[in-house]
Amino acid sequence: MPEVLKAPLTLEFPFTRSLGPVQSAFLTGLRERVVLGVRTTDGRTLVPPVEYDPVTAEEIRDLVEVAPTGTVTTWAWNHAPRRGQPLGTPFAWALVRLDGADTALLHALDVPGPDAVHTGMRVRVRWAEERTGAITDIACFEPFDGHAPAELAGCSGEFEDMVTGIVAPARLDYTYSPGRAQSAYIKALSEHRNVGERCPSCRKVYVPPRGACPTCGVATLEQVEVGPHGTVTTFCIVNIKAKNLDIEVPYVYGHIALDGADLALHGRIGGIPYDQVRMGLRVEPVWTEGSRFPDHYRPTGEADADYDTYRELL
Amino acid sequence: MRDIALVAFAQTDHRRTSDEHSEVEMLMPVLHQVLDRTGLKTADIGFTCSGSSDYLAGRAFSFTLALDGVGAWPPISESHVEMDGAWALYEAWTKLLAGDADTALVYAYGKSSPGSVRDVLTRQLDPYYVAPLWPDSVALAALQAQALIDAGHTDEPALAGVAARSRRDAADNSHAQLRGSVPHGDYLVRPLRTGDCPPIGDGAAAVILAAGDRARELCERPAWIRGIDHRIEAHGLGVRDLTDSPSTRLAAEKAGAFELPHGLKGMGGAPTVDTAELHAPFTSQEVVLRKALRLDDSVRVNPSGGALAANPIMAAGLIRIGEAAARIHRGESDRALAHATSGPCLQQNLVAVLEGDPR
Ligand SMILES: [Zn+2]
Repeated sequence: MPEVLKAPLTLEFPFTRSLGPVQSAFLTGLRERVVLGVRTTDGRTLVPPVEYDPVTAEEIRDLVEVAPTGTVTTWAWNHAPRRGQPLGTPFAWALVRLDGADTALLHALDVPGPDAVHTGMRVRVRWAEERTGAITDIACFEPFDGHAPAELAGCSGEFEDMVTGIVAPARLDYTYSPGRAQSAYIKALSEHRNVGERCPSCRKVYVPPRGACPTCGVATLEQVEVGPHGTVTTFCIVNIKAKNLDIEVPYVYGHIALDGADLALHGRIGGIPYDQVRMGLRVEPVWTEGSRFPDHYRPTGEADADYDTYRELL
Repeated sequence: MRDIALVAFAQTDHRRTSDEHSEVEMLMPVLHQVLDRTGLKTADIGFTCSGSSDYLAGRAFSFTLALDGVGAWPPISESHVEMDGAWALYEAWTKLLAGDADTALVYAYGKSSPGSVRDVLTRQLDPYYVAPLWPDSVALAALQAQALIDAGHTDEPALAGVAARSRRDAADNSHAQLRGSVPHGDYLVRPLRTGDCPPIGDGAAAVILAAGDRARELCERPAWIRGIDHRIEAHGLGVRDLTDSPSTRLAAEKAGAFELPHGLKGMGGAPTVDTAELHAPFTSQEVVLRKALRLDDSVRVNPSGGALAANPIMAAGLIRIGEAAARIHRGESDRALAHATSGPCLQQNLVAVLEGDPR
């Protein structure tokens, strides 16, 4: 088996999320160092607040202030903090029921070790120095030696300059491996060869190969060298410049049936004015120095292919 | 209502990594095995449904590429859930109940090896209040475990016992990833140790469902599905009682787990089953599920080793249903309960009740 390729793959998105009225009040409150809950019609106070009663699904909007002090209802000791978590030093995850609330909020609790935390212990909010209207405006919880709830600010949930949205960055890291079939294809490309795989059942040759015949549902294991010449089966003219793409518009993107292949692959067509590209045009790949894949396909100068030779590949 | 049975089950050997295979390359042998067991071909299958998640491998629309392994030309009737395959099986079951098809192929797969599952699973949490804190899946399970310990439902030695029993049972399961004697290990997130947590791995599974006489033609002893139900709880962890799983209990009730076989009404007590395959990736979750389902020692729990022995995400729930059915096929069980879960701390739960013909 040839060497299987691997490469780092990072997916990163700054998700922009809008807030409903209850979430907006809660997160704006955190910015102002006030914790708000929402009252259900049967008199419970939910912190963090939600817009619909989790039991009855009734819409709820009755905001009430609760104390920044509370009680740990359960905890877990995290001796190896991971990227993105609230504290970089070992800490306890804790569900904390704030004084005045009937439900618990998840956050980090800053204590020196697992012996310094227990269910039922009293804690209070440690505010972040810079607050923007996000759950991370609570930096973490810390031990609190008082039993009486902290004083309330008497907040109604009305603020100037309400926070109406948050940006939640998300980043995940992967090690991508394309598997056996595509590894072999990519490796051949770096040697300026196009390699497909033949289905043992229907005998069709797939380029690029994905390891399975989508018609027969069986593995395609027999490697077949295809091309380098091919035929344009269909194309489009691109008039919009993509960000960070160093190609002048308009340019032509086409489906190219390499000789010997039963599936057209796609690529850019160059070396010919865009308005002279046509179905049936014979092309070949152009490899630039050091490149692992063809930069584009250009005309070979051969006579156009007869329509019947590629009609099945459209 | 039509009788519908699970007539064949196949799964991969579950492994920590499978770099040499793409998703479709990993899945295809399982699809071939399950079809071979019934003699059916893709063209004979009335409905195909799959479960998987793009977040595991970090690729969009990965299920469409996996379809290549089914052979989707000429066109087939197909659907997909971004969930464990147990929920795909639920969709297929309703399709057969409605009479829209007589046979169904259900498959599920997950490659966890490319990414970090503990981080990936944070992306399913409430995006406003919880996900920005990146609490990983082990941390959330550990909060639940501590709540159980505080409530006196279990302790660390008892959790170690669950881990040891599961891996011991898995010694007879050639597909399992963690088998036999496995050290209980150090704390991962206290009170959970590595031994309390599932292995991270890649794997796939597939089953075939068939209705009525078709099921009898395809399988000597079909595993008749007497009921399936799934229920969900509030997403707010602090709203829920983490020591209980009311959604599991309700799903079991609605699936008929507490009734006697063949429709005779039970007393609403312990489930009248001899086997329970529970999808409990963490030892502490088995404690919750046993209590919610009122399982006593007369019920054989996770003879396959369960998710503590192999937990290919998105397939592990479907495997519970497949393992329960396979015991009925082999004559080792007459009435089995199968459970699948999704979300943090057993947020969503599905229960199926399977029965063999009386002997
Ligand atoms: Zn074929």
